[in-house]
Amino acid sequence: MNTLGADAQGENIVELSGVTKEYAGGVQALRGVDLVIAPGELVAIAGPSGSGKSTLLHMIGTLDRPSGGGVRVAGHAVADLSDRELSALRARHIGFVFQQFHLAAGVSALDNVADGLLYGGAGLTERRERARAALERVGLGERTTHRPHQLSGGEQQRVAVARAIVGEPDLLLADEPTGNLDTAAGAGVLALLDELNRAGTTVAIITHDLEVASRAPRRVRVRDGLVVADERAEVGSR
Amino acid sequence: MKTALAPARLGADDVLRVGLGGLRARPARVVLSALGIAIGIATMVAVIGISSSSKEDLLRRLDRLGTNLLTAKPGDTLFGDKAELPESAPGMVGRIGPVTAVGATGSVTATVRRTDRIPDEVTQGIAVQAATPDLLGTLGVGTASGSRLNAGTGRYPGVVLGSEAARRLGLDRAGGQVWIGGRWFVVVGVLRPAGLAPEIDRSALVGWDAARRYLGFDGHPTTIYERSTDASVGDVRDVLARTVSPEHPEEVEVSRPSDALEAKAAAAGAFTGLLLGLGAVALLVGGVGVANTMVVSVLERRREIGLRRSLGATRGQVRVQFLAESLLLSAFGGAAGVVLGAAVTTGFALWKDWPPVVPVWALGGALAATLAIGTAAGLYPAMRAARLPPTAALAAP
Ligand SMILES: Nc1ncnc2c1ncn2[C@@H]1O[C@H](COP(=O)(O)OP(=O)(O)OP(=O)(O)O)[C@@H](O)[C@H]1O
Ligand SMILES: [Mg+2]
Repeated sequence: MNTLGADAQGENIVELSGVTKEYAGGVQALRGVDLVIAPGELVAIAGPSGSGKSTLLHMIGTLDRPSGGGVRVAGHAVADLSDRELSALRARHIGFVFQQFHLAAGVSALDNVADGLLYGGAGLTERRERARAALERVGLGERTTHRPHQLSGGEQQRVAVARAIVGEPDLLLADEPTGNLDTAAGAGVLALLDELNRAGTTVAIITHDLEVASRAPRRVRVRDGLVVADERAEVGSR
Repeated sequence: MKTALAPARLGADDVLRVGLGGLRARPARVVLSALGIAIGIATMVAVIGISSSSKEDLLRRLDRLGTNLLTAKPGDTLFGDKAELPESAPGMVGRIGPVTAVGATGSVTATVRRTDRIPDEVTQGIAVQAATPDLLGTLGVGTASGSRLNAGTGRYPGVVLGSEAARRLGLDRAGGQVWIGGRWFVVVGVLRPAGLAPEIDRSALVGWDAARRYLGFDGHPTTIYERSTDASVGDVRDVLARTVSPEHPEEVEVSRPSDALEAKAAAAGAFTGLLLGLGAVALLVGGVGVANTMVVSVLERRREIGLRRSLGATRGQVRVQFLAESLLLSAFGGAAGVVLGAAVTTGFALWKDWPPVVPVWALGGALAATLAIGTAAGLYPAMRAARLPPTAALAAP
């Protein structure tokens, strides 16, 4: 079922093999994707609109199941897991950052971040302590009591990043994290993701911005539901 | 690296916090949809509370008045005429062992009027009655003004007015005079309401001997009142007719005035079904309002739900969150309704001079109804929320 299922590959965080995804209505969003992400990598997934980037992220993030092929995340074969187990997998191993920040209005930055731990079993006090530390990591240690409407777009996305990493996930997935930000704020968020990666977090960023992608150490290019390029290169700016 | 995957439990405090958070984000909507529940619960609590207060009032009155009073009245003879009780009857009743007090009234044909210029026919529904000296003591009727009939006033032209009689004559205190059977009588006392013997309230009571002397009273009692110990009421009842009229016991009607009050108390406890039904309808409409609010809420919060799923919430935890919101919403309404219903009950009871009573079972019922409504209203929206795919969080805005 899984061509990469050998024990030797068990250490990879993500292993996709021949993954296809067909949506109702016959749209082939993914048409046989093989992709392996090892711990500590920073991968930029780029491609034109409609190429299947978000669908790919759903597969990697276990938000959806493939129509065909195998998906292993953090050593677990997704096909073998129930919906409950997938939830636990996401709670423990994966952090998400979305284009829209999805912060709860009227709730402080601290509690928005603490919600990242809500389904992991920690008590409120511990959740808040760790949320404070996460906010400090993203440079918002002074903004813990601010509500989303009192923060700039860039700051809001940083809060969302803090929420994604507060549980110290093995994998951080970001779908167009700079899509709603101006260049300066976007650069700030990318720099933050870069910094988190250097500190050890595995990061996958989806973007259609080739300039953004070109700065990543590994660039995966998607077109029409297929991986058409997978380059690793030393990048000057890094 | 690979470990068994089991979702962590979401503690009750976290469920509560998340549920409250969801409500706090939309306060106006919460207040409006909780209001429906509040009105329904308030109606039901008030209906039950008011009828319970009225019942409690009757029971307390009954307690005060006692249930050990029996009356004996003449019934009809075999030939259909009005029977006549022997003059000796009150004395005979007093000799029954357990009897502790006996009093009697006897009908007098005279009428009572404010002055001699008012025509004879205008009785205002007030009966003139002869009363034995022990009557008021037996009934336990106090005076609002003046004194009871005593040996002195009993023999001379004095009269004691029942509360209603005094009101109709426009005399609220002792001291005046009234015109009875062609002569002036001094009003020596005005009574308080007699409770178990409302006929006394509408009577002008003249002393037994005075009635014979001045008003042509024949000396035959028309109602005998007696009290005995509580335990022996049944025994006394069995022998009362024979004692009153040894020759014609079948012509004596014996009754227990407290029975009527007891029946009234029982009826008051059986609350008004129509109003209760109205409250139930209001509650149902309130429940539909809550369900509607919850369905809209789920539609609006697709992305929040997707986000929670991406953070690791299970379907069950999403379901619990929305069920908790629905329950909290309806609990707010229920709590407000109980307070409102209790306030209405208290206000109404105090106005009526009743002891305010809201039975514990009504509060329990309100709680149960609230929880049932909250669950019923939240079940479907919660299932819908739980069925949303986790990818909803990434869907374009
Ligand atoms: N839920 C869905 N149902 C049906 N078709 C879908 C669904 N989601 C995506 N698609 C289709 O699948 C294809 C890939 O979509 P996807 O969202 O993965 O593209 P993308 O690369 O993320 O594009 P963009 O850069 O615009 O976000 C598109 O043709 C899209 O119309
Ligand atoms: Mg996309």
